Amino acid sequence: MLQIEIDGKAVEVEHGSTIIEAADKLGIPIPRFCYHKKLSVAANCRMCLVQVEKFAKPLPACATPVSDGMKIFTRSEAAVDAQKSVMEFLLINHPLDCPICDQGGECELQDIAVGYGASKTRYTEEKRVVLNKNIGPLVATDMTRCIQCTRCVRFLKEVGGMMELGLINRGEHAEITAYVDKSVDSELSGNIIDLCPVGALTSKPFRYTARPWELARRPTISAHDALGSQLEMHVKNNRVLRTIPREKESINECWISDRDRFAYEGLNSDERLTVPMIRRGDQWVETDWQSALEFASSRIKDAVAREGGNALGVLVSPNSTMEEGFLAKKIARELGCGNVDHRLRRSDFRLDGHFQGTPWMGCNIPDVQDMDRVLIIGSNLRNEHPLLTHRLRQAVRLNAAEISVVNALEDDPLMRVAFKNTCSPDDTINFLLQLLKAMSGLQRLSLCLPPTLNGLLEDVVVSNNAQAMAESLAGHGKDYDLVNPRSAVFLGNMAQQHPRYSEMYSLAEAISALCGATFGVLSEAANRVGLDLARVLPSSGALNARTMLEQPRSAYLLVNVEPEVDCHNAQLVNQALAAAGCVVAMTAYKSSALREADVLLPVTPYTESSGTFMSMEGRVQSFTAVAKPLGEARPGWKVLRVLGNLLGLSGFEYDSSEQVKNEIFGGEKPSRVVWNRLNNNLRELTEVNAKVRTESLQRVGEVPLYESDAIVRRAPSLQKMAAKKPVVAAMNAKLLAQLGLQDGELVKVSQGNGSVRLAAKCDDRVADYCVRVPICAQTAALGDLYGEIQVERAA
Amino acid sequence: MANEVCFRTLDLPNPASLETYRSIGGYETLKRIVTEKVPATEIINQVKISGLRGRGGAGFPTGLKWSFMPRYYDGEKYLVCNSDEGEPGTFKDRDIIRYNPHQVIEGMAIAAYTMGVRTGYNYIHGEIWAEYQIFERALEEARAAGFLGENLFGTNFSFNLFAHHGYGAYICGEETALIESIEGKKGQPRFKPPFPASYGVFGKPTNVNNTESYASIPYIMQHGGQAFQDLGVPNSGGTKIFSVSGHVEKPGNFEIGMGTPFPDLLALAGGVWKGRKLKAVIPGGSSTAVVPADMMMQCTMDYDSISKVGKSSLGAGSVIVMDESTDMVKALSRLSYFYYEESCGQCTPCREGTGWLWRVVRRIAEGKGRPEDLELLTDVSNNISGRTICALGDAAATPVISFIKHFRPEFEYYIEHGRSMLAA
Amino acid sequence: MLSQDSTAQIDKELAKYPADQRRAAVMSALRIVQAEQGWLSKEAIADVANYLGIPEIAALEVATFYNMYELEPVGKYKLTVCTNISCLLRDSQEIVEHLESCLGVHCGETTADGKFTLREGECMGACGGAPLLHINNTDMHEFLTPEKIDALLAGLK
Ligand SMILES: Cc1cc2nc3c(=O)[nH]c(=O)nc-3n(C[C@H](O)[C@H](O)[C@H](O)COP(=O)(O)O)c2cc1C
Ligand code: SF4
Ligand code: FES
Repeated sequence: MLQIEIDGKAVEVEHGSTIIEAADKLGIPIPRFCYHKKLSVAANCRMCLVQVEKFAKPLPACATPVSDGMKIFTRSEAAVDAQKSVMEFLLINHPLDCPICDQGGECELQDIAVGYGASKTRYTEEKRVVLNKNIGPLVATDMTRCIQCTRCVRFLKEVGGMMELGLINRGEHAEITAYVDKSVDSELSGNIIDLCPVGALTSKPFRYTARPWELARRPTISAHDALGSQLEMHVKNNRVLRTIPREKESINECWISDRDRFAYEGLNSDERLTVPMIRRGDQWVETDWQSALEFASSRIKDAVAREGGNALGVLVSPNSTMEEGFLAKKIARELGCGNVDHRLRRSDFRLDGHFQGTPWMGCNIPDVQDMDRVLIIGSNLRNEHPLLTHRLRQAVRLNAAEISVVNALEDDPLMRVAFKNTCSPDDTINFLLQLLKAMSGLQRLSLCLPPTLNGLLEDVVVSNNAQAMAESLAGHGKDYDLVNPRSAVFLGNMAQQHPRYSEMYSLAEAISALCGATFGVLSEAANRVGLDLARVLPSSGALNARTMLEQPRSAYLLVNVEPEVDCHNAQLVNQALAAAGCVVAMTAYKSSALREADVLLPVTPYTESSGTFMSMEGRVQSFTAVAKPLGEARPGWKVLRVLGNLLGLSGFEYDSSEQVKNEIFGGEKPSRVVWNRLNNNLRELTEVNAKVRTESLQRVGEVPLYESDAIVRRAPSLQKMAAKKPVVAAMNAKLLAQLGLQDGELVKVSQGNGSVRLAAKCDDRVADYCVRVPICAQTAALGDLYGEIQVERAA
Repeated sequence: MANEVCFRTLDLPNPASLETYRSIGGYETLKRIVTEKVPATEIINQVKISGLRGRGGAGFPTGLKWSFMPRYYDGEKYLVCNSDEGEPGTFKDRDIIRYNPHQVIEGMAIAAYTMGVRTGYNYIHGEIWAEYQIFERALEEARAAGFLGENLFGTNFSFNLFAHHGYGAYICGEETALIESIEGKKGQPRFKPPFPASYGVFGKPTNVNNTESYASIPYIMQHGGQAFQDLGVPNSGGTKIFSVSGHVEKPGNFEIGMGTPFPDLLALAGGVWKGRKLKAVIPGGSSTAVVPADMMMQCTMDYDSISKVGKSSLGAGSVIVMDESTDMVKALSRLSYFYYEESCGQCTPCREGTGWLWRVVRRIAEGKGRPEDLELLTDVSNNISGRTICALGDAAATPVISFIKHFRPEFEYYIEHGRSMLAA
Repeated sequence: MLSQDSTAQIDKELAKYPADQRRAAVMSALRIVQAEQGWLSKEAIADVANYLGIPEIAALEVATFYNMYELEPVGKYKLTVCTNISCLLRDSQEIVEHLESCLGVHCGETTADGKFTLREGECMGACGGAPLLHINNTDMHEFLTPEKIDALLAGLK
């Protein structure tokens, strides 16, 4: 610790801190523009100049390390004089158009200028004008306002992982731009809006819709991935007009993904369902709540009366709140129905009954940044977990972490990947077996494997790549701390959707156990962990999300589900719903995917309701509505409560979502329950089928970044970003040649009894024998996300 | 006595060739040092004794700089030669490379040996393509002759040297901008600390010296530090190449002992041209303060005298001579344009301030000056000075402040009458 | 696409730097491509970036930072006259004016036949030879007079 003095206050600060860090800790304000605690230090704006004893010149607080005995003056005449002069320089070429600037009222330049600016300008020469740029649908630019702080450039390079903006030209002509007409494509790009201290980079969708002081600012949580990012939504006239991050160091730091930032547009979609609707023949008829609920409950009652509880299947979107999921399950159980599930995009349920608890990510989010070796299995990282990917990127960038990736797609995670194995989904199992064998062979890890596995491994031949990856993961030959290993094995969304998930899981668990690594599941959706913890799962022996469709039910209750795009097999779910006598859909949107429903109950998106999500690190976060329900839509938990009443079930007398939550946690503190229940261990090993070989083509059905959930799918600006990546059947050059196809040629892609026509695309990031066909409305005629697929030249 | 150190080959036929350089004992010093394993401390000591101060402009003692390089660092270290001279009035390094490239190479090799460096770069000013090629050729010769490369003279000392060609940016003369430029980036200076000695090329410890500084090393190590010091005066050891340009009869480079009276240097350059009277001199390159004739005639050409008597700096020894017909407002306008044009643009006071200065000076020169402009110029200059990342900010401010200080009536006349007093 | 000749030259430059620092060769790569193509189109800059494996914007930053890169087509002969202080003192203005009248263009412009581009330049580090100019970034001509200019222009075919 060093002793220093700032503005007469004696303080102790850590060795290596800069003046600005020390001052920030003490709450002593030092003006700044280029400095940002999460970015590298540029020291270019010079706004933070302070006086330091024994130095003739003022020093930039952001770049000057403190030294013992330093005496710093942030408000002395010399300091203020320097700061004022910098402010004057910044303003000479800055347009003074605050009244029409979108940043007006929340502009760092404006704020600081009030304190440091002179009332009258001494600059009477011509002002600089900078040609404006179009960098895409999300970020609006007004480059004449730019003060060249380069925060945006540094952000995209250091956090985003790819240099997409630069400062071109020099001197007074220096300007921020993307390459020629390129747009900024980072999935984290919106953060540059927050970072820009002036109105040069603003939100395109938000532009001109409101002045900052007209907005009510309400806290909430992200519903678009499992990180649990903390958000603030800005509301005017009951419409959410903007989303920004709330700073939470241990979750999202001060960032959010573009998906979290711009999804709010989907809340205001014209497709919102605002009145209940009942189907009469081929016609949808608007109705009142009373009629709709009575219709729904009587149909369900009928089916149950006829066939027993098993007549019903309950599918809950994993983006539903814990309360919604819990009440849906409660209704089912009270009706004697065990067929409840939220794992809609899964196809392999062989592990059910083997889990010791609720699977989760196995560590906390910031831990990821401190890892020094990580194996990621089955994940398209940037799509699935944009901000977690950034944490990994920092591990690589700052700690030289070694990342290994096993996946069917080789999409660039924008960080150095030390080892990778790109192979078909089936081959993944073979590779993991090799990895396990290599790992068990590493001397210093002479732990015993369970005999079941040992036998299996006998015939496995370890490839060099598997050996190298295992050595990396084990920290072989490195100076790593074996007592406190900072290594992890994570399963991504693609692994969870994989038809051999149980085997992948078992092997990944065994591999991590051998090298002492953290083992975890990077969950899909906002609340997969929460719904698991609330046991929104089939009861023992009952049907799961897949068998409920394979063995069609007479009645279905859908909670926030758009069947063909939210489920593993679009064909299967459409057939099952078409055959059912009664489909009750609780939904926030009119959706063509709900064409087979019989009644649509308008529930609110999570932003118009209270509720609870649990993130993949097990953090329970409750929120309240940021806006009033639109039209006659009602929060899902209330609808389920009334439905319970109408069904004549007891135990549905809730006055608040809090009461439901209390019941979920048995009246205990959530954290206590959570830590007892989160557990990734299996009770015993399940069957692992080695030597899996299929010669047929396999589909890799990824969920595109902006197709993840119903709200996102209706956010126009995000969809404009998505439109830049047209839906294609992508395969590597080798496969393309083998099929005698040309890049760009129209092909017929078939699965089961359905087919779609898509352009074939050459994409060498796709593993051999695989065709990448995403899940989305355009491909809804297809079947399993992962499974056999046929591709032929379109007639 | 002239041309004894860096210009030793100047009067010989084919001066840039290896053959010529060897004929005056070239590379013998390197060979002796390397094969006799002269201790680094001994070399640094000699360089310290020599009184050699960095010839790039800042005048930092070279021996001291060398001692900052981490001795026991396992990993790559780099040596960089700064031949990016782009400071208006400076053209000495070009001639060193043109006429005596091998001495730079030998100097760098000795420095590399001293600091335990295996790889070096010579960053050559973009506009001097012919010299870049000469240097590349010299490198080839030196490699072929075994003065560069692996295991030199059969020892375990290896040194590889490459030329890096600039492409038109004055700022790359600033050592950290130059380092960025070698790395393939824009030439934007880095904030210091960390200094190059701990964080230089590719993030590795790096020593940067000017061409003339390195070229002086073989002489120093051949004749001893004291011999070099004796060529100059106390606190300004050795000879120095003075580049004399502007209103003289015979512009050119003159390598003479430090401490030579300015009138003698002026005489070497043939005196003020066209029989005119001397008005002012910029003694050390465009970023040093202008010195009126009478003050300048009192100066000797060394660091102390120029700063004490001339209230300016020796800089890179770039002497710009201005005769009585010089329009100081127009001259300043051109200089201010230069800094405006060459500012790298990263830090606010320089990016915004250099344009401001130039526009106001230009306005005055166009006859549209205002009474408050001179105070404004001084104030803006002071607001740039000392508040920027690199010294280009100061370099832009100094001419403005000194021109106004010494030639204020000329500026006032312009403001009042809308034209130059010289025309009157 | 970069020509084979260009990539061969770039490879030679690459050899000067550590293997993991391909970016360091960007300045010479741009120079080489400009010498071949006359100027740097956006495609050429992108090609260089891709060849070196650096972001395109990083190459653009470099191409726009240094004065001697041409981002628009220029004449067959680019004449850059230094007008900085030492040259100014030795009447570079007269040289500029003479060139302007001979070529019928102002500084910054290209003759209609595409043969000459005239430029004002910053200090070229050769002030002793003032006034001076530079042709196509490589050939320096010093101690200029209007007569010398006439002879020079006559020699440029
Ligand atoms: C704006 C600016 C331009 C400079 N230009 C040059 C230059 O052209 N040549 C040079 O050797 N040093 C130049 N320098 C000084 C270098 O930063 C550095 O001090 C020098 O190369 C060190 O070498 P020396 O100690 O041998 O002088 C410049 C400095 C600044 C601030
Ligand atoms: S002072 Fe000027 S040249 Fe130096 S870093 Fe700042 S902007 Fe760049
Ligand atoms: S905040 Fe320190 S220089 Fe910008």
